[in-house]
Amino acid sequence: MAGQNTASLIVQAGWEAPDQVIVHLLQSQGSDQAITYRELIRNAAGIASALKNAAIHPGEVVILLLNHERDLLFSFFGAVLSGAIPSIMPYLTEKLSPDHYRQSLTALFNTTHPAAVITYPDFVAEVEMAATTAPSLRAILVSDTIRAIDPTEIDELPGLQCSPDQIVLLQHSSGSTGLQKGVALSHQSLINHLDSYRRAIRLDTSDVIVSWLPLYHDMGLIAGFLLPILTRTALVLMSPFDWVRAPYKLMQAVSHYHGTLTWLPNFAYNFCAQKVRMNLLEGVDLSSWRAVINCSEPIHWKSHQLFLDRFAPYGMSTRALATSYAMAENVFAVTQGGIENPVGNETIDARTFQSEKFAQPSAHSDGTIRMVSSGRAIDHTRVRVIDVQGNPLPDRHLGEIAIQSNSLLSSYYNRPDLTEKAFLHDWYLTGDLGYLAEGELYVTGRKKDLIIVGGKNIYPQDLERLAEEVPGVHPGRVVALGVFNELTGTEDVVLLAEVDAENDGERLRIADQIRNQVTHNSDIALRYVEVLQRGWLLKTSSGKIARSANRDKYLSEINGQFSE
Amino acid sequence: MDDQILSQLSQYIATQIIKQPARTISPTEPLISNGLVDSFSLVDLALYIEDRYGVIIDDTELNKETFDSLAQLTELIRSRMG
Repeated sequence: MAGQNTASLIVQAGWEAPDQVIVHLLQSQGSDQAITYRELIRNAAGIASALKNAAIHPGEVVILLLNHERDLLFSFFGAVLSGAIPSIMPYLTEKLSPDHYRQSLTALFNTTHPAAVITYPDFVAEVEMAATTAPSLRAILVSDTIRAIDPTEIDELPGLQCSPDQIVLLQHSSGSTGLQKGVALSHQSLINHLDSYRRAIRLDTSDVIVSWLPLYHDMGLIAGFLLPILTRTALVLMSPFDWVRAPYKLMQAVSHYHGTLTWLPNFAYNFCAQKVRMNLLEGVDLSSWRAVINCSEPIHWKSHQLFLDRFAPYGMSTRALATSYAMAENVFAVTQGGIENPVGNETIDARTFQSEKFAQPSAHSDGTIRMVSSGRAIDHTRVRVIDVQGNPLPDRHLGEIAIQSNSLLSSYYNRPDLTEKAFLHDWYLTGDLGYLAEGELYVTGRKKDLIIVGGKNIYPQDLERLAEEVPGVHPGRVVALGVFNELTGTEDVVLLAEVDAENDGERLRIADQIRNQVTHNSDIALRYVEVLQRGWLLKTSSGKIARSANRDKYLSEINGQFSE
Repeated sequence: MDDQILSQLSQYIATQIIKQPARTISPTEPLISNGLVDSFSLVDLALYIEDRYGVIIDDTELNKETFDSLAQLTELIRSRMG
């Protein structure tokens, strides 16, 4: 793919394989929509032309506020063809407060300075309100008024002229903290990555990728969208909103389309295994699945077992279990496991691991931890485990995971300060902890206080700030935590808050308000809210609330399910 | 009968979904738009209703337009129980 950019790849696919159905878009009701390259290019060209008419220039940011449907696919490639930089923002969901959503938009506008937004007609007023402090925004385009055109009707597609080091897209994680860190990726990084990753998973054109993952997240955007479309591999795409209400549709889609590859966050293994009714799997055949790749949150052996036990009777092969360690900052994958060989796993001694930070293999069954490997570094990516000074550590020693590759981010968009902090001696510091053993990477936790729930990265400080707004809660006396739940295969979000109220009714009312406030104003739903007496939370010597100490206290005193 | 369904559903949501057993959910309190029942729990609620009352709520009905309170949900269940 050398010498090309993202726009030229898609245009070339349109020339060479116009009638190839590249996306089968599943609908919540009614029959699936088959989208050919011709249709994709014609609609994307329509968007590119509309952007051009609105005087949006190459290199300017275009925010896409659309649901998971045709318009989103077309708008993304429309922005790419115009040379603008698309960034997909999650669309408003029914539980989110419109006020909060507007604030998030404003925060996003203030960091990325978008020139245009593409959205639905009934959302234009909302965008206008959010944009009052965003002078950069010059156009709000309404997706359904844009006419598909033949690319030859436009005299030029500026996207074709983009140089390899220009930014092709921005990718954000959620919350006010996440929105500050827009990962800016260049055409070259994206193309390099697709090249390395397709080799890592032995991708060929007979593969069929089946995905329900959101496109505003790296796993969905790269593995479940750009990888198939830019490599001419068929994609069967369903909306995450439909999947979460009907997980069986994933299995039916794999069976119907003979799906070969799927990426899932760990919780989805448990979710599918527990929530798919037998009668909905009648006649389903999962034998075409050659890799179901676990990534984007910590991988648990038991989740794989649950999934396999549930779906092996429908033809799923043990060999299909696969893993990857991935992050938006490297475009997507850093490592890949389970493709040629079974996923590596080992049992290590828990005590040596916790006290000496050393992964000592153990043959005992007591006092041990079952570790699942995330596989080996993909081509053109180097993985190191380093100590706090940045020195590489030998095999089996626990430290921070650092990477080098030919697909790293160009920057955190408009945040040189954050970009600089993320690197040490040309190595990107992932903030994740782990160890290497004979080239296999085992990810064990994270350095930073980050909650990963259902594959989404959530910054605890964002949730704490929200809870502090509830009357009766002491500012600065709130802690948000993630606690692993074996049943669901992901973290439960727990919020601890100190209050003065002694009356039970009053405390329950405050707990309710906290739940309401956090749920309406963030991407997650709180699982446990604990209203505590003044003085319960532990502070550091400098008077700050210590998350990890309070986590331990919560686990031993309240939760009582401290395993390991 | 309706009262019984209401209290069973309230108890199910309080204990299994929001993990606050002491909490009672009022018949008119918004469930979905208030985030009390989050998207990951909607399918659990549907499975519970199917097991308990033999009533099927289709996945395309798991939204606030179809029901957003215990009263509306109870009404839906009643109408399908025949």
